[in-house]
Amino acid sequence: MSAPNKSYDPVEVEALKPEEIERMRDEALAAIAAAPDLDALTHVKTAHAGGASPLALANREIGALPPQAKAEAGKRVGQARGAVNQAFAARQTELEAERDARVLVEEAVDVTLPYDRVPSGARHPLTTLSERIEDVFTAMGYEVAEGPEVEAEWFNFDALNFPPDHPARETQDTFFVKGPDGGDQSGVVLRTHTSPVQVRAMLERELPVYVIAPGRVYRSDELDATHTPVFAQVELLAVDEGLTMADLKGTLDHMVVSLFGEGMTTRLRPNHFPFTEPSAEMDMVCYVCRGDSVGNPDRPCRTCSSEGWIELGGCGMVNPKVLTACGIDPQKYSGFAFGFGIERMLMFRHSVEDMRDIVEGDVRFTLPFGMEI
Amino acid sequence: MRVPLSWLREYVDLPAGVTGRDVQAKLISAGLEVEAVEQLGAGLTGPLVVGQVLTIEELEGFKKPIRFCTVDVGDAGGSGAPQEIVCGARNFEVGDKVVVVLPGAVLPGGFEIAARKTYGRTSHGMICSASELGMSDDHDGIIVLPPEHEVGTDAIALLELVDEVLDIAVTPDRGYALSLRGVARETAIAYGLQLGDPALIDVPAPNSAGYPVQVSDPYGCDRFTARTVTGINPEAHSPLWLQRRLQKVGMRPISLAVDITNYVMFEVGQPLHAYDRSRLTGPIGVRRAEAGEKITTLDGAERVLDAEDLVITDDSGPIGIAGVMGGAHTEIAESGADSGTTEIVIEAAHFAPVSIARTARRHKLASEASRRFERGTDPQATSAAAQRAVDLLVLLAGGKADAGVTEVISPSAPRTVAMPADHPDKVAGTEYGRETVVRRLQEIGCDVYGSDELIVTVPSWRPDLAFPNDLAEEVIRLEGYENLPSTLPRLPSARGLTESQRLRRRVGRALAGAGYVEAPSYPFVGAEVFDQLGLDEDDARRRTVTLANPLYDTEPSLRTTLLPGLLATLRRNHGRGAPDLALFETGLVFQPSGEAVVPPRLQVDRRPTDEEIASLEAALPHQPRRVGVVLSGAREQAGWWGKGYPASWADAVEAGRTVAREAGVELTVRQEQYAPFHPGRCAVLLAGEQVVGHAGELHPRVVKALGLPERSCAMELDLDLLEAAGGDGVTGPRVSTFPVATQDVALVVDASVPAADVERALRDGAGELLEAVRLFDIFTGPQIGEGRKSLAYALRFRAPDRTLTADEASAARDAAVAAASERTGASLRGA
Repeated sequence: MSAPNKSYDPVEVEALKPEEIERMRDEALAAIAAAPDLDALTHVKTAHAGGASPLALANREIGALPPQAKAEAGKRVGQARGAVNQAFAARQTELEAERDARVLVEEAVDVTLPYDRVPSGARHPLTTLSERIEDVFTAMGYEVAEGPEVEAEWFNFDALNFPPDHPARETQDTFFVKGPDGGDQSGVVLRTHTSPVQVRAMLERELPVYVIAPGRVYRSDELDATHTPVFAQVELLAVDEGLTMADLKGTLDHMVVSLFGEGMTTRLRPNHFPFTEPSAEMDMVCYVCRGDSVGNPDRPCRTCSSEGWIELGGCGMVNPKVLTACGIDPQKYSGFAFGFGIERMLMFRHSVEDMRDIVEGDVRFTLPFGMEI
Repeated sequence: MRVPLSWLREYVDLPAGVTGRDVQAKLISAGLEVEAVEQLGAGLTGPLVVGQVLTIEELEGFKKPIRFCTVDVGDAGGSGAPQEIVCGARNFEVGDKVVVVLPGAVLPGGFEIAARKTYGRTSHGMICSASELGMSDDHDGIIVLPPEHEVGTDAIALLELVDEVLDIAVTPDRGYALSLRGVARETAIAYGLQLGDPALIDVPAPNSAGYPVQVSDPYGCDRFTARTVTGINPEAHSPLWLQRRLQKVGMRPISLAVDITNYVMFEVGQPLHAYDRSRLTGPIGVRRAEAGEKITTLDGAERVLDAEDLVITDDSGPIGIAGVMGGAHTEIAESGADSGTTEIVIEAAHFAPVSIARTARRHKLASEASRRFERGTDPQATSAAAQRAVDLLVLLAGGKADAGVTEVISPSAPRTVAMPADHPDKVAGTEYGRETVVRRLQEIGCDVYGSDELIVTVPSWRPDLAFPNDLAEEVIRLEGYENLPSTLPRLPSARGLTESQRLRRRVGRALAGAGYVEAPSYPFVGAEVFDQLGLDEDDARRRTVTLANPLYDTEPSLRTTLLPGLLATLRRNHGRGAPDLALFETGLVFQPSGEAVVPPRLQVDRRPTDEEIASLEAALPHQPRRVGVVLSGAREQAGWWGKGYPASWADAVEAGRTVAREAGVELTVRQEQYAPFHPGRCAVLLAGEQVVGHAGELHPRVVKALGLPERSCAMELDLDLLEAAGGDGVTGPRVSTFPVATQDVALVVDASVPAADVERALRDGAGELLEAVRLFDIFTGPQIGEGRKSLAYALRFRAPDRTLTADEASAARDAAVAAASERTGASLRGA
């Protein structure tokens, strides 16, 4: 470094000559522009913008100039260094973008590769369909009631107005539990319907009672394409003052609309059940053909066999005898109830053709149903 | 109940165009479940005529004997010449009248008849059997007609081959519909027509000249009519119309007298019994059997009677099980037999339904008669039914009605039901009005008095009508269920699902989310599976609730564990080619209660007392709800990403933790030996100190015995216990934003020390600054020493209010290590 010299003529400092600074700047800019990659750019930076670069050296010479010359020389060098830094930054960005683009291309993968590393699970459609039905009714203000599957005959039959030795008992194909002495007379059965839960609800709950009783029930049928000895049922019970068959009909209509969509409706046909009087069989409009297949051989419906209606289950007004057995005054209270099998509904709602698929637990059947139905 | 439309029209004057389907729709709407309308003779076209066999030539040399016949068919064949017909049946002779179908005709099922060469001759038509004409399933040769029918008569009309038959599933309350009379009544109401009641006939007054009858059990039998017909021609056969009607309702014609009793039963609904009077000794009696008494019934079986069985007797002892089946000894002899019956005593009685039901069930003897009696017959129809039988025996068998008429009647008042006139309106939720209510009740045969409060006398054939709601149902069904309005009740506010119900849903979702597929299984098991599971002889799980009438004798019991069903489903899936499986099930298991008791038979005319309810509950087994999982094959698949890994005991234990987490319970896991698990790879799962379940790899012997994939794993825990142990709600954690201080420690312990103990000690020792501890490596080897293992833990420390200094973190770590050292003998590796 030259020593300060107050009388020093700037013209005489070779490195600070304007043309010299311009040359240094242009060389630097050319080198920057020519740098093919980031490594080369780093070298260029050291050579043309580093501490030992010509411009840096020139900058140091400014101090040797007389004060009147410093400003102009400083400005000139500063502008040159600014241009170089700017060009450097621009080139750096440019080269980085090029590098990134290249690297990301190199990092590309085949996103169509399968990834079945973690297994998927599913809930059984009987469970989820039952829950869906529960949800329809809990939204209306019903509560879900439950009870044991091995049940006393009194709950399963007597309290429901199946008198002992009444032929209706035989229609239920009951599994009887062996008695303590090994005999047939134990007074205990596998519940043949979830109706004993209704009895328990009436005995245990405060009036009015509005419950829905889903659960597993048992009848001694062999497993085949349409029967299973173990199946799922949902029953509903409402006991209040002034309930009518019209309320029953309205509740059924609401249910089929909730489960099958707008415009659905139900139909009642007289029937007999010991626990209801009056009793009815309930059908719903076929949700597939909506009745259009009836008398229309060109458009047959497999879901309802072109009947236009699908049989759902049984229903009726709670037999006053049942209310009496549960300690409810039939003069003051009335009730309605209905019940149906979930398997059957699953079969027609999801075009399941064979009961055995529902029963056997094959994962290929269950998986597509996922978490909710 | 099968109802031929042609027969039904005899009592209801239906318009000519009304079809079986029309009647079906009307009856369904009225509450009779008409399941089908069978079209008899559908597609049948003639010529089908009565012919007479003129000659029979036996053809030889074929596999079976064949006859070449000439048959006189009058002008039906066109030329008037005898028709040449080849026939394979042999139950006819020259001169017999037969049914001949001629070329050009079509038999039911689209069978077109044409002249054709067969057995070396040309057959110009066919001599028909009953099954070929769709009359019955009878394949015993061709039909031989009674001789009185003229050659050339159209047999389609003669045999009433074209008809419609309604098939009705009669519900237990509507016994009256097990008769033409009952169905006709409903049809008449549905069409607004008059009923021609077949039971509305004149009957002679009872007298003392009839066959003597002594009823010693008036509760079991409150009515007994006995009539006698003498001079019966034992050669007389049932006429075609009678046979055809019986065939159409599904009965096989047997002999004239038996056919007549069956015919009247179907017509009026009153089962009858016919006794050969020559075989009766002394008066007919009705009493309860003596236990151990024996009778041989009509079907040839000797039956030992119960003291509750109601029997019909004569001086020789029981001659019939009342209302169920007659005895062989007094049976009417076959028509045409040498000792053919010429004198008949007809029994028409009313028996108590429950008694008949019990007896029929006890002897496993369900008959057309018992079906009707146990549903309740019309007690006032006995005389008319007996009269119908007498009339038919006189008409068809040449008999003579004996003047004696026996009627044993226990007097009873007509049954009445009091009902407010607006009760049907209140039940239905609509307004019918008194006038409609009264009219409808009258239509079904009630007498109705009163204005606001109706006094309704119900008809004798409707024992099911006993309460106001029974009458309301009659009104509502006749007014049409389809006309009910649709309304919704106003419900009080409710609380939604219970905690337990929510928990079950969460558990299902969590397990499905963890890759398990729900597979509910049947709860039926046999003792064999307990052997296969390797349970000890005194294992509590071998104490089962057992069924008296299991579907399969090999699986008579109810499950005490979910594993048999789950493992069977695993095996089934594996057998169908699924190598990697994870299944779960939630459901009840059944554990016999300590003292097995038979529950009392409680009344139903009032609410049972709490003690009574408790006595019912005491008879029931304990039925806890369980959740179980089973796994086999790969838990995570190998693939382009790298290695997979097999399902292991650790997945099974983790499934337990997954379930417990949903219940807000942190499980404690301990080593255990418990069937059916591998003795070294079994965990007991605890909530606090309460055992809630087990998990692990299955014992190799169990895997082999059950035919499972190797290294199958399982977990089962009690959801009820878990729910009871459920923690309090979550307290929102305060999230510290100060930096974390991480310290790793490697602790060397004896190989037998459970990692859970070490971790517990670290946690306890580290104190409040510890945020998390995680075991990240286990190392064994010579550097550590024989029988030792090194456990590497990452400890994360953080304070809620400040940045921890290195010293503070180290001090906490040292305290943790000290606790582990003290409790588990751990030493710092390398120290």
